[in-house]
Amino acid sequence: MTATIERKSARQVSKVDRFLTLIRIFLVSLIVIGVLAFIAQQVAPDNPFARWRNPDAVGLTGDQFKGLLMSGLSQGAMYGLIALGYSMVYGVLGFINFAHGEVFMAGAMTGFIASDKFSANGLWESNFLLSLVIIIVLAIMVSTLTAVLMERVAYRPLRESPRLIPLITSIGVSFFIQNAVMGVFGPSTKSYPQLPQWLSKQRSILTFEIAGTKLLVLLVAAMSMAGLWYLVERTRTGKAMRAVAEDKEIAALMGINVNRTIVTTFAVGGAMAGIAGILWGLLFRSVTHMTGFLPGIKAFTAAVVGGIGNLPGAMIGGISLGSAESIAPLVILEPLGVPGVSQLKDAVAFTVLVLVLLFKPSGLFGEQLSAEDRA
Amino acid sequence: MSHLMEIRDLKITFGGLDALSGLNFHVDEGEIVSVIGPNGAGKTTFFNAITGLVDPTEGDILFDGESILGLDPHQVTGLGIARTFQNVRLFPNMTVLENIMVAQHCRTSQLVLGALLQTSAFKKEEREIEERAKEVLAFFGSRLVGYRYDQPAFVLSYANRRRLEVARAMATQPRLMLLDEPVAGMNPMETAELTALIGRLRSEWGFTIVMIEHDMRVVRDVSDRVVVLDHGVPIAQGSYDEVSTNPDVVEAYLGRPAEDQA
Amino acid sequence: MSATMTSSSAPSSRSGYRAPVADQDWRNVGKWGGLCTLALVLVSLIGMPVGLDRRILIHPVLSLGYLSLLWIPLVLGFVVSRHVELEGVESPEPGGRDLLAGALTGLLGGFGMAVFIVALDTFNLRDPLVNWSPQLLELLNYGRGLGFGVVAWIAACSVLGLLGSSIHVIPAGVRRVVSYGAFGLLGIAVLEGAIADLSEGFGLQSLTDSIYANRGGVTVVWSIVLVVIIGVVSMLTRGRFKAAKANYGELQGPERKRASMILFLLVALLTIILPLFLGTIMNELLANVGLFLLLALGLNIVVGLAGILDLGYVAFFAVGGYTTAVLTSPDSPFFAPEMHFAITLVIVVVFAGLVGLIIGAPVIRMRGDYLAIVTLGFGEIIRLLFMSDWLKPYFGGAQGITNVPGVDLGFVTIKGTDPRSVFYLVLVFCALAIYISWRLQASRLGRAWMAIREDEKVAEAMGINTVNAKLLAFVVGAVLASFSGAILVAKVGSVFPNSFMILVSIIILVVVIVGGMGNIAGVLVGSFVLIGVLGGPRQPGLLHEFQSFKLLIYGALLVFMMLQRPEGLVPSARRSQELHQEEFLQDVWLKGEEHEGEEHEEELHAAEASGAEGHEGSGA
Repeated sequence: MTATIERKSARQVSKVDRFLTLIRIFLVSLIVIGVLAFIAQQVAPDNPFARWRNPDAVGLTGDQFKGLLMSGLSQGAMYGLIALGYSMVYGVLGFINFAHGEVFMAGAMTGFIASDKFSANGLWESNFLLSLVIIIVLAIMVSTLTAVLMERVAYRPLRESPRLIPLITSIGVSFFIQNAVMGVFGPSTKSYPQLPQWLSKQRSILTFEIAGTKLLVLLVAAMSMAGLWYLVERTRTGKAMRAVAEDKEIAALMGINVNRTIVTTFAVGGAMAGIAGILWGLLFRSVTHMTGFLPGIKAFTAAVVGGIGNLPGAMIGGISLGSAESIAPLVILEPLGVPGVSQLKDAVAFTVLVLVLLFKPSGLFGEQLSAEDRA
Repeated sequence: MSHLMEIRDLKITFGGLDALSGLNFHVDEGEIVSVIGPNGAGKTTFFNAITGLVDPTEGDILFDGESILGLDPHQVTGLGIARTFQNVRLFPNMTVLENIMVAQHCRTSQLVLGALLQTSAFKKEEREIEERAKEVLAFFGSRLVGYRYDQPAFVLSYANRRRLEVARAMATQPRLMLLDEPVAGMNPMETAELTALIGRLRSEWGFTIVMIEHDMRVVRDVSDRVVVLDHGVPIAQGSYDEVSTNPDVVEAYLGRPAEDQA
Repeated sequence: MSATMTSSSAPSSRSGYRAPVADQDWRNVGKWGGLCTLALVLVSLIGMPVGLDRRILIHPVLSLGYLSLLWIPLVLGFVVSRHVELEGVESPEPGGRDLLAGALTGLLGGFGMAVFIVALDTFNLRDPLVNWSPQLLELLNYGRGLGFGVVAWIAACSVLGLLGSSIHVIPAGVRRVVSYGAFGLLGIAVLEGAIADLSEGFGLQSLTDSIYANRGGVTVVWSIVLVVIIGVVSMLTRGRFKAAKANYGELQGPERKRASMILFLLVALLTIILPLFLGTIMNELLANVGLFLLLALGLNIVVGLAGILDLGYVAFFAVGGYTTAVLTSPDSPFFAPEMHFAITLVIVVVFAGLVGLIIGAPVIRMRGDYLAIVTLGFGEIIRLLFMSDWLKPYFGGAQGITNVPGVDLGFVTIKGTDPRSVFYLVLVFCALAIYISWRLQASRLGRAWMAIREDEKVAEAMGINTVNAKLLAFVVGAVLASFSGAILVAKVGSVFPNSFMILVSIIILVVVIVGGMGNIAGVLVGSFVLIGVLGGPRQPGLLHEFQSFKLLIYGALLVFMMLQRPEGLVPSARRSQELHQEEFLQDVWLKGEEHEGEEHEEELHAAEASGAEGHEGSGA
């Protein structure tokens, strides 16, 4: 058989690649121009470059900027806590547990119910710290239970299936939990009781004006992260988790109980999400059955930004995403003359995800996955 | 005379580890060359580099006088290099016939519109694809024809899967065929049969063949030239007889004799 | 019975030994009984019994509300006494122990329910639990006081559990007749709206008036009559259907072509004529089913054929809708050329294809699961952009664009007030979409998509430009979705960003998966069953009482299907092979095809003759 083969000129760059380069250049120049315009505004509000797209721009004062940064950090810390769950599960089982956002929501919901009861019988006012500890413990318990049940019922039977099957299942789980919670607790927005004055008042730390609640969020998040780090790096359980993430079969041969380790992974991820749920409740003081959806996806974004499977990465990813989401609309979009920038907060978060995957698909700090999961 | 494929100073590093270090290699039109070497010598990496699955750290790969570095795997296949995989990788849920038909993708051109309008060009191309697929399968005698056409690939026996993989590579209409351990795991009869077929691939279909193989009888029976790799460098090459008596080769396979080590 | 029990619990890798038989039995009954209780209480607390009580199925005994509880012990009774069926191994004879297990499971559930009723009567937990209400108590007591309720639930659940398990025990023939009767009756009760509407069209109102009671629901007398009729018919036609199908399958060449043609004409005729006899509501429903079918067919190409999990599919739906609205509506805020729908459609195709390329290009090289989330992000970005103040001057922000005219065909104008005309329009596009899916599936491109789904790396190595092939799948899917969007907007007469929530993507995904991925017939069935009966994200289905529960049911269905029947209701042959490879292999071997047998023997002999030598050889 003599096949006539046309010689194409080798080494051609595909159109898709060219298009992607264009997108990259476009996005980067957008950001650069936005930031430059912002700087121009800050330096001299009347220079023509600053006025070019947005003649009404007023810029930000230093305090406003610090305030934005603090909101971003505290919100990012919560994303980070949720992201840990995504990251750990992906590291161990190699799939995205889409329903992890609902685990977080379960924590926030538990916190609401408990704090509402405490508020009714007066404990919330009389002994706030005690009730805070109790609701955190309760939320951790409920979230952990939710995550573990999820694993047992929906994911364990699918452990050997193609990667997309558990992902689709987890979408179903997420839908189910959202709507079951709506059915049982009603669709209305639920408000956490008022926080005591000494906690919520503004404090000044190193010239940063920060609400006590945000400080509490950052503090608790840091403590949780430290605890998690200790668990994963310093205990036998953590060693088992890392081994299972590397290779399940070999770990089993080494006498590690793979099932139990996976359950532990879900439980720890669930506990972190539970803590995040309470923090969310304290910070925003409202929770609905949909609370888990957007923070869940953003937390996944944070996990990808930090490099999936990489736990410190997840935390840093969360914090960077939170800050980007809170600062970018005002620093990049506003100077470009986009009105109503606060509506685009969520769009910014998703754009960050696309940006990271376009420039550095393995995240800023590198993935930590077994060879099989990376394929 | 220029070689069909020429590899210059190929070096591939994985995380600080040299899989290939400074490999020079060439193959001429119509040759059958075997690449042998102990496990981990870098043979499969060598194939992956040619087919564009792995990017070399240094060096150049020329096919028909032009560099194919940086091309996507499908472009390499389009130029006329086909391969099989060491651990058979068919499309298990597609039928035997479809497995072969899909391999002609880069030799055909119909897209959406032809299929929707059922143009005569589309129908003609489909007919040709099917005929060529059957022609390729007929090369293996009665093993992959008739009722086999519509069976999903995963029901095939191991040996048949290996044959189907070779058939799939043939269907891409290559000039150079890279066979990665084509007889691994086959019994002696099947091995003998496939060895004969490899010879016929050259004589009847005109393919040039580079083959990784552990089975020395196959290597002896079909190859014009043997290249021995060890630790990512070629340590010997020449005819089977030359190579098999080369002391370096014996050492690479069996280790240094005891007295030398001391 | 020991085999029975192990069937339902996942084999635990921890226990290497077999637990004592009796012990295992009771633990399992306990487990399923507990589950039964949980399910009953959860369904009650979600508010299904009260919410669905208005819909009566059999007047006056059974409402949908009660059914939402009663199926639980029935099904769990069935599950608990299920046996493992092994080819070639005799399964244990079903018998008394199974019945006992079923009844006990039901009993446990009933007991749990009784405790729940007492708790409902004693405590007031209405604060967090919104459905903890006197109405629920009233309903669960059948309005006859606490004592009656407790006893009734324990008794009813045990009996239902027993019935569920007895399905295994009764002879196959009886089982068949009974199940056909039961499901047939359920179907007639559920389809009440459609049947009544249809018979009205044919002038058979008197018949439906007597079958259905005034307040809805089949009357008791007619229920019995219908069950008997269906049972008898099913007994008479036993095996005929299968035989006909087999016959059809065996037809060859022109004969088969003719048979297919007749079948096709019949179906086409039916879909064209039927709507003429249906009223507005049913036509509206059909139009909605068609719109979602169109979406599902598109997604089926992307997910089912090419294996790309696109969760932002709704974006293309939105692009189709907004393009149409901007180009046809006089109220379009920025640019209102008021074009005709037909011209618009051309532009819609171009636009949707472009957006498909723009969204597709960055994501196409990503890992499958990343792609899913990123496309979901894109879907959301597009909705947020349409909603934002930034683009408000162009797309009207949250208020959207209104006053979109219908489709003017000269002799008739297709618009929402005349759902029948919309249905015909949708029908044309569905037919087109089915044709496209069918032709592409069996083309060079379709094969490339399949290969990519199977093993992307190898597909690439075999000369397929995977990036281009996947992009094409994206674009074809996008175009079909945009058609649906365009028709939706022409039908509704306006477009709002909130019609394009992520929810829509997920519901379409459920439709495709429940129906059967990669299979046109499956997608058809999926759309009719889910969108027709339960309803779309905003569109009510036949059971419009389900409005507030349907998302819950969609979620549960998705999980259930993935766990139990990932190939869908109407699986494509290929899909079910894939998901049940081992069983299929077993089948092939057991049937022992003649050729295969010979060949194997020959190979076997050869291997025996020189087995040891072979190993030496390959080890060199």
